[in-house]
Amino acid sequence: MIAQLRFLLQLTHAQRIARRYFVTNGFDGALTMMGLTMGFYSAGTAVAAPVMISACLGAAVALAVSGLASAYVSESAEREKELRELEQAVVGDLQDTAHGRAARTVPVLIAAVNGSAPLVIALFIMTPLWLEQAGVPLPLSGLECAIALAFVSLFLLGAFLGTISGRFWLWSALRTLAVALLTAGIIFFFNA
Amino acid sequence: MPVIKRVVLDVLKPHQPNALEFASALAAHHSGCVIRITVIEVDEKTETTLVDIESDDVPYADIVDTIQALGASVHSIDEVVVSSAPSAEI
Repeated sequence: MIAQLRFLLQLTHAQRIARRYFVTNGFDGALTMMGLTMGFYSAGTAVAAPVMISACLGAAVALAVSGLASAYVSESAEREKELRELEQAVVGDLQDTAHGRAARTVPVLIAAVNGSAPLVIALFIMTPLWLEQAGVPLPLSGLECAIALAFVSLFLLGAFLGTISGRFWLWSALRTLAVALLTAGIIFFFNA
Repeated sequence: MPVIKRVVLDVLKPHQPNALEFASALAAHHSGCVIRITVIEVDEKTETTLVDIESDDVPYADIVDTIQALGASVHSIDEVVVSSAPSAEI
């Protein structure tokens, strides 16, 4: 089963696409969470933890569903088009071949990656809010810890991008961190 | 009963899987077969190949099924070696 999936991914070069989707939608998830938490932080008045958790969870679920649906729709359309073109080239029906199976399976896999990336990263960033609500002692407030985790997530995503592109990972990580700082600055500017 | 010792097929296949992956998939499905693939011509989306299969008893029908399952099609049988009795060497 796993060998078969690996073969289908290899056949369609889908690992690269899935990796790209993971980073772009993961970046979306991390930046959205950072925007939300920075918004709560810069509001000045204390926002109740259940409100913050509900808002963050709502955004995370919306990002996940959006990622899942958009990737599935676009990828399945793209794969169907490629399959039709290939069928014309080989003058035959490829529905029951590895190419046909790949055209049906790969969009599901890519959609799963695209949907789960922002959800997992958002849940990771929200962890301090839950811990604080559960009474677990934290070095800073839950909101401040969540903001710190958002920056850490963006830094790690940048480092991951740097590693796969073969560039110096720190340079790439600092670039995504700069984007995060710029976003935080804009949020503070508008809430000041 | 005649036994197929070697068969050379003219196969039109998509670029993916490439020749190495294609040969590996054939070999994985048919143990005991030695697969040799020569790419003859490369087009925009397909390539024409010569697939040379050697074995003590080449399972021709199964080989064709596997080739088709990989998205390729057999255009012709270009060469065959058939033996009337099992032998150690072709």
